[in-house]
Amino acid sequence: MAKLMLDVRQLTTKYITRTGEDVYSVDHVSLTIEEGKSLGIAGESGCGKSTLALSLMGYYFPPLHYTSGDIIVDGKNITGMDPDTIRKTVLGSDVAYIPQAAMNALNPTRKVGKFIEDVIHAHELPMDKKQIREMAEQRFALLGLPVDALDKHSVELSGGMRQRVVIAVSTILNPKVLIADEPSSALDVTSQKMVIKMMKDMMAKGLVKSMIFITHELPLLYNVTDDIMVMYAGQIVERGTAKEMVFDPIHPYSRGLMRSILVPEEGTRDVKLTAIPGTPPNLKHPPQGCRFAERCRYATEACKFNQMPLLDIGGGRYYRCGHSVEHLREVYEGED
Amino acid sequence: MKTDEAIKTELQDTRESVTFGADRNKDFSQEPMCLSGRGVTRVFHTGKTTTVAVDHVDFDFHRGELISIVGESGSGKTTLSKMLLGLLEPTEGQIFFKDKPRDISTNQKKKEYWQGIQAIFQDPFSSYNIFHKIDSVLLDCINMRGGKNKSKEEKFAMMKEACSFVNLKFEELTNKYPFELSGGQMQRLMIARIFLLKPDILLADEPTSMIDACSRATILDMLLNLRNETGMTVIFITHDIGLAYYISDSIYIMEHGKFVEAGKAEDVILNPKAPYTKRLISDVPKIHEPWDLSTVG
Amino acid sequence: MKNTLKNVFHSPRFLVGFIIFMCILLTVLIYPYFVHRDPLQGLGKGFLAPGTYVSVYDTNNTGTYRVELPEANDNRLEASVPVKDRQTMLDFLKAKGTDITGLDTSNEHFHELIEVWRANYDEADAKKNKYEGFATQAKRNELRRLNNRLSSDVNAAMTVTKGEGDDATTAAVATSDYVKVDEVANALTLPLGTDNFGRDTLTELVKATGISLLVGLLAGSIATFIGLAVGLLAGYVGGVVDDVLMFIANIFTVIPGFVLLILIYSALGAESRSITTCAVIIGITSWVWTARSVRSQVISLRNRDHVNLSKLSGHSLIRIVATDILPYIMSYVVMAFILQVSSGILAEAQLSMLGLGPNPNELPTLGLMMNWAKLFGAYTSSNAWWAYFPVILVIALISFSLNLMNTGLDQVFNPTLRD
Repeated sequence: MAKLMLDVRQLTTKYITRTGEDVYSVDHVSLTIEEGKSLGIAGESGCGKSTLALSLMGYYFPPLHYTSGDIIVDGKNITGMDPDTIRKTVLGSDVAYIPQAAMNALNPTRKVGKFIEDVIHAHELPMDKKQIREMAEQRFALLGLPVDALDKHSVELSGGMRQRVVIAVSTILNPKVLIADEPSSALDVTSQKMVIKMMKDMMAKGLVKSMIFITHELPLLYNVTDDIMVMYAGQIVERGTAKEMVFDPIHPYSRGLMRSILVPEEGTRDVKLTAIPGTPPNLKHPPQGCRFAERCRYATEACKFNQMPLLDIGGGRYYRCGHSVEHLREVYEGED
Repeated sequence: MKTDEAIKTELQDTRESVTFGADRNKDFSQEPMCLSGRGVTRVFHTGKTTTVAVDHVDFDFHRGELISIVGESGSGKTTLSKMLLGLLEPTEGQIFFKDKPRDISTNQKKKEYWQGIQAIFQDPFSSYNIFHKIDSVLLDCINMRGGKNKSKEEKFAMMKEACSFVNLKFEELTNKYPFELSGGQMQRLMIARIFLLKPDILLADEPTSMIDACSRATILDMLLNLRNETGMTVIFITHDIGLAYYISDSIYIMEHGKFVEAGKAEDVILNPKAPYTKRLISDVPKIHEPWDLSTVG
Repeated sequence: MKNTLKNVFHSPRFLVGFIIFMCILLTVLIYPYFVHRDPLQGLGKGFLAPGTYVSVYDTNNTGTYRVELPEANDNRLEASVPVKDRQTMLDFLKAKGTDITGLDTSNEHFHELIEVWRANYDEADAKKNKYEGFATQAKRNELRRLNNRLSSDVNAAMTVTKGEGDDATTAAVATSDYVKVDEVANALTLPLGTDNFGRDTLTELVKATGISLLVGLLAGSIATFIGLAVGLLAGYVGGVVDDVLMFIANIFTVIPGFVLLILIYSALGAESRSITTCAVIIGITSWVWTARSVRSQVISLRNRDHVNLSKLSGHSLIRIVATDILPYIMSYVVMAFILQVSSGILAEAQLSMLGLGPNPNELPTLGLMMNWAKLFGAYTSSNAWWAYFPVILVIALISFSLNLMNTGLDQVFNPTLRD
């Protein structure tokens, strides 16, 4: 078995609202990623994808608070470290995080090269300006980015280029885990493709040892990551390889998501496009039983009252449902 | 201003998947012309710079047809949609409404034109006046269609019918504000509005792009239903080429203010001719076909 | 709407500002019912320090009461014989050979000193120049005067004349005679004293606050109304209308507002400068920034989808502006109005301070009071703090409370500022 790069055990984090209520938006999440692998996280907006990404950095700021669980990055447990240590020794070097609007995070008054200096200085690495410059140039060349971008201000770069530059800057220290939260959603399809290509390149060249990729665009996830994990109401509801998840989803929610995929290729016009009725539950008062029961067309009375555990069915496949795999597959077949 | 918990207003949902009523590959070229344009152009002047947002486009939209205009941001599709709606005048060219040159020179003529064309916009949260209740939104539509003198009961029955068409319980919406609904519900209320107005043309400007993918089937199904019932023309503006392919009869691909390719959906997507269309299709990630990453810089 | 109002009053900043402002406003409204004095009526001459004043004339005609107040007597004696004189007394006793152990000039031993003095000093001996230790006549006279003062203070003696002419009677007033304050016909309580004209500062201040608030309100209303109208028109209609209106607004921005104010004002001449003129002129010189910000808000609203839908519903321009635009910017306009009122009050104060205020013979304003205080040296020669300090305090409080209300509202209406 390959080396585990990220091992998250029963991680729970919560938001404390203005009125002082607790909202557990990441609820006992366990996941592992092996070296050289990537994991995609899918789900509707408000299901806890982005909160999970923030929580995995181990760096919490209000209103997000840590509750319980462990985050182990390449054998090092980063939970319980004080924020300063995390910022200096974990962020950037062990875990790198790219938020959706990352390309707008560059200070427009400074040149791109300066940001790389900042990263090096923040980690107190013994390098002088010349060495940093050399390293930056090498990295940009390796990733197919124009080296003269280092001497430009962020506003001189196009949106797609800016996003790629941000990713290059934030992975300069070869992080063990790269967490990308919708890194390409704000871009047009061509720039998106370029960003994805660069990220896959970084994985292939070993610059980034493992990756978590979050998006609501399932076709993208299918093409980018090895595994896909579906989240619903702060919990993992299913995990499997990308292929399994798209063509053979087990959980009714995953199935609902996969049946909303529309791509411009042959056969799309004959797809039976389905909807999941209703909206995700309010996590201030989560449902007693299965969190999806209210929107699930296969839900029984028992589903509404029994907590569902995450079942391991072998081959890296997990799902959280009261029905057996066979039963669900049978029902699905009857529908088509 | 989204509230924590959306109103539980849905009727028992019976239609979860999209159903196309009539023949999917119907030939609309024999249908009467609904809206067409020749050399439609719009130029913007800001200071000394001149921007050609829409550059001499020609189009023919037939009755009952569902047309998608596909373009990326900055392609001019929003400007074109505003011209189609009559909110902007073209600087050059002519738009024909039902085979007659469109005339919206006076307020009265504008009002008449707007009886024939209506719109659903992208962002449901900014589509409603937050100070108006749901009842007044719907009542306004009834009044606009000459229902001013109808009795209270008749108006009530009409509003109820419109809401149940989009699977919403009208009884629970009275005295509520639109922002108390979820995004999907708000967009459905927009469709209820169109149901009451019954225009000849509906311009839907990215009506599902702010809504989760798994909820958009409901909206699309309702739109298709509405078209099948009223026979109206739907102009669907989107950047999602997969969605456009799935839903439309014909597709116009727009780049830099020009239509680079137009035709039946099958033809445009499966046999693209213009290089831009080819690139656009190849750049979108797919499920069954491989996604070739080597084609980019 | 109801909810918004509730939120507004839950904002601590707004609430504090509102309470301060209401206190000022209520004082202005209620005060005249209790004090009927004309605010510009002169009561005395020049600055009188704060306090209660009793007419000396009237005390004569008021029934006297003999009150034995030992302490009062003591205090009076102690006050009338300073340490220097006590030393003279001690020197005399020492020269005469009296035992003065245990005696000094302090207040504790003052009574013993007087006892010993009375036992040893003899008026008759003094007249015969018997006290050789005090050689000069002058020294001896000083001793006599001192003795006189001591005895007159203790036994009290002052004659006052009651009545006039033949009916006049003379009566002695002892130090133990008192009159009851509320029996005196003319007692004046002046909590803030009087100004240079001898006018009751408090009454004047209350009236002036009222007038200044009125000026601010009127100026603020005019500025907000013009700003709103120009902003709405320029923002919504756009095109040439926008260009023309913004050109005018730019002109107003380029010319310093205050200078313009001074020019218009001095051109009018002192007589024609009424309170209303003052407010109108402040109003028409300060609408510019309201217009600008309303315009930018309207421009961003104009392209919102609900406005487009309203147009598609065939609604008229006036209806769209009134129902789809105005309600959205109303909270903002209310805030702008509050600030305009505040700056209107300040502008009046600044103008009047420079002597360009409304006609000073009609009504007082806060600015005019400051101007008078300055003209008649309240700051410098008279050191009459009561003539200007309360005015400054009121101006500061009004503007503080209005700004507090404004930031409170901002916090409620602007979701990005919510914590």
